[in-house]
Amino acid sequence: MHRSLHAFRSAYKMPYRTAQIRLVSSHPEVYEPCDDSFALVDALLADRTNLLEHQPSICMEIGCGSGYIITSLVLILGQEVPGVYYIATDINPHAVKVTQETLNAHGVLAELVCMDIASGLEKRLAGKVDVMVVNPPYVPTPEDEVSRGGIATAWAGGENGRSVIDRILPVAERLLSDRGWLYMVTLTANDPKEICLLMRKKGYASRIIVQRSTEEESLQIIKFWCDSDIQDLNEATSSPRKAAASFVGSLVSQFPRIPFGKSQ
Amino acid sequence: MRLLTHNMLSSNIKGVTNGFPLGIEVEKVIEKQVDFNPDFLRNMFAKVEWKALVDAARTMGYAELPEEADLSMLESDDFLKRFHHALLELHLEEGALVCPETGRKFPVNKGIPNMLLLEDEV
Repeated sequence: MHRSLHAFRSAYKMPYRTAQIRLVSSHPEVYEPCDDSFALVDALLADRTNLLEHQPSICMEIGCGSGYIITSLVLILGQEVPGVYYIATDINPHAVKVTQETLNAHGVLAELVCMDIASGLEKRLAGKVDVMVVNPPYVPTPEDEVSRGGIATAWAGGENGRSVIDRILPVAERLLSDRGWLYMVTLTANDPKEICLLMRKKGYASRIIVQRSTEEESLQIIKFWCDSDIQDLNEATSSPRKAAASFVGSLVSQFPRIPFGKSQ
Repeated sequence: MRLLTHNMLSSNIKGVTNGFPLGIEVEKVIEKQVDFNPDFLRNMFAKVEWKALVDAARTMGYAELPEEADLSMLESDDFLKRFHHALLELHLEEGALVCPETGRKFPVNKGIPNMLLLEDEV
């Protein structure tokens, strides 16, 4: 937390552009903003110029928890991208209420729905989301903790922390528009390299926006976007090996600390 | 919940083939003014199912939308203002959304729909 840009901004009274911790509501069953939340918001700040240029019309968060991230996104885009439709979901009924309170405390609006991932939005919102932010439950846990409910849904990620991430990715891919961007938090134990490979097969390029190591964990915030060159490459059957080789090369340079192969 | 959100929601109960649009049971509607943004409305027009919006707005007590709409209407300020009001300013604060096939009700409390499914509905 002390290293985050957010804390830095607060300490030096820099312009107020993200959610303020003192205005974030809480509940015993709702995950409070932590290093992972700050890292994601820092990634959005770092990419702010691109976001403003992107002019998204529909922005979505899956798993909004305390509301710190969606509120920050609304504030970051602010008046410079007017008339955005913000919608956030969480499987925890307490979390959507807390998010509502956090949004209200900052005087901003977003629509909230209590649901599992995006069940109930997948049909009509397909291909419409221009920016999606996800801080998934990424902590490796025994598989049965994933469905335990309550605050555990905020962090319990099952084997390699991938159970919920692997359910979210196809949904994200379905909901994102042709020009859609996805920002997602991953832990090194989630094998982000493999996540990027999976997404690449679906035509998405990826880049690490923020990489942060805390005492407890090593986090990456990855941005995914649809890349027509990759789609063309995926379709071209002429030289798949060459394409794969050059891609692995670029990944290795992106993940310097991740051992090649299965990272466990 | 705004009607834009209602327009994006479907019933996702196992076995339901056409869960859209959800019916609306109104207990309390509130209005919140938001900035009028014609570009946003023109952008959203293509994404909205018009008939579902007209019916939902009527259920919420606003009957000022034309039954049918086409792109030429987006030039009219009067039309855009009605569209704006129905889409963005009417909120279902308390009530329920109703699956059109099964009649299953999804409660809406403090403006937030609860679309969680029971184990036997997934």
